[in-house]
Amino acid sequence: MNALVALPVVIPMIVGALSLALWRSLPAQRVLGVLGTGALLAASVWLLITVAREGVLVMHMGEWQGPFGIVLVADLLGAIMTVLGAITGFAVAVYSIGTVEESEEKFGYYPLLHLLLAGVSGAFLTGDIFNLYVWVEVLLVASFALLTLGGERAQMEGAIKYVTLNLLSSVLLLAAVGLTYGMFGSLNMADLSDKFAQTEEHGLITVIGMLFLVSFSIKAAAFPFFFWLPASYHTPHVAVSALFAGLLTKVGVYALFRFFTLLFDQDVGYTHNLLLWIAGFTMLTGVLGAAAQFEFRRILSFHIISQIGYMIMGLALFTPLAIVGGVFYIMHHIIVKANLFLVSGAAYRLCGTYELKHLGGLYRSRPVLGLLFLIPALSLAGMPPLSGFFAKFIIIRAGVEVSAWPIVIVALITGLLTLYSMVKIWAEAFWKATPDNAPAPPQASGPMWPLYTAIGGMALMTVIIGLWAHPIYELAHTAAEQMLDPAVYIEAVLGETR
Amino acid sequence: MEPVLAIVVGVLFAAAIYLILRRSLVKLVIGLILLSNAANLLIFTVSGFTRAAPPLVPEGLEQPVGAVADPLPQALILTAIVISFGVLAFAVVLIHRAYEVVGHDDLDQMKDTDT
Repeated sequence: MNALVALPVVIPMIVGALSLALWRSLPAQRVLGVLGTGALLAASVWLLITVAREGVLVMHMGEWQGPFGIVLVADLLGAIMTVLGAITGFAVAVYSIGTVEESEEKFGYYPLLHLLLAGVSGAFLTGDIFNLYVWVEVLLVASFALLTLGGERAQMEGAIKYVTLNLLSSVLLLAAVGLTYGMFGSLNMADLSDKFAQTEEHGLITVIGMLFLVSFSIKAAAFPFFFWLPASYHTPHVAVSALFAGLLTKVGVYALFRFFTLLFDQDVGYTHNLLLWIAGFTMLTGVLGAAAQFEFRRILSFHIISQIGYMIMGLALFTPLAIVGGVFYIMHHIIVKANLFLVSGAAYRLCGTYELKHLGGLYRSRPVLGLLFLIPALSLAGMPPLSGFFAKFIIIRAGVEVSAWPIVIVALITGLLTLYSMVKIWAEAFWKATPDNAPAPPQASGPMWPLYTAIGGMALMTVIIGLWAHPIYELAHTAAEQMLDPAVYIEAVLGETR
Repeated sequence: MEPVLAIVVGVLFAAAIYLILRRSLVKLVIGLILLSNAANLLIFTVSGFTRAAPPLVPEGLEQPVGAVADPLPQALILTAIVISFGVLAFAVVLIHRAYEVVGHDDLDQMKDTDT
């Protein structure tokens, strides 16, 4: 019994319930938002330190032993993801103080934020495939409501595509879970991994694996299932965009990493080769889509897709170094991508538009914001010494080691085109003079310091990951070792009953 | 019994996908409803049927006698029904709001946010 594992799920749930109780007092909800996500961050970091010291932590819900009861499992991958989720949640909660409209706060912005974080943490920590489905639904329902908060026409149009495709993916996930249970009589990931290893029916396992692959690829916005993302991510409030950009697709990526290292590693020649193709196309389509865009958040949305490609590439190469690169890339990407969305929101606060054609002169008027944009932007493109350089370096090095030249070339081209997009934003929004047709800046509705605090904090983290890459690399390395040796996970979950 | 239900599940999935591919918003939601029911029926079918053997432990014994039905799939389905009910309730409200805001129930009129 280890209650620490449940804390990252329980804290946002309690805080969310408290925010509901404080429905009438928005200032109290704001303070609670920051305190609650801060507590979540503290608990997640505590969990990560404990897992790094003592190995995989397991909590059997209701003292039912695995494989019969639901288990929460924190291995290094799960703990790292939980910390990243908490970092994003905390930054967004601080940022929200200065940006979210009162009309949106009134309709339950903060309770939904906490519910979403609870769902995300739950998905990262559960060790049961049906339970994973439940957590995914929890975070989806919260994201549906957050996406439509405000009720503008664009939000409705985006939400219909988002809701339909995500429900489709959930149904496929549910069907895959049902088929798995029908064939192997278990829902516990560790137990299933054990059973998959013993059975001879590799064909059937691969079929189920493909069903999971399609479902999680929709959630991760991988090629060719990404169309819902650029249709919806630029429509909600920017704080919500940043939260989604940082976390939601990464739940899909996390699930792919978990399932295709722990469960579906029998027929690597087929499954991971397919993943490699998906990775290449995801990178290229994402970055080419971004090159055609002239709206701040749409460019960033397309870049989420291309970056997902790098992570899947790490998984698909399936060498120890590649998995390390994938984990490192997720760590770098969540922080950088959420931060870029936060910067776009700050630009909107100052200029009243997201259209690059109408933006301009930001470097002259706000040089600090320009600097704070450059850090994550150059990191995303992979400039040394920022975090993105090491993330890309490890993954491409892993590709070179196994002589996977086509994917390496695609990854390098994508990096170059990413730089092009970032320079485009820099040149249009920050460098050029304010255009004549610029709209009047909106009336200031809140203080600017929360925006700068959140953006500055995230930028600092990017620099730290870049400058002290070695400890982060060691952490990712240990996580990858655990992932590539399912025996550790199985032993931790089922050890007492076997 | 299993082959019949397997065919029913297949037909439900096909009908749901067909409806989702239509342009009408209402048909889209009906498709989603069918889809979640198809998945529930799939779980029920795939875990096998055991006729007239409820999973009950006779009095005085520690475990049930002989083969009994597996209660877990039904617990899964119950959970999935509750979840899909909530989500679909949201979807219905969403299409109503979308219809009010856009003024059409035609998905081809909702291309503003596409790229």
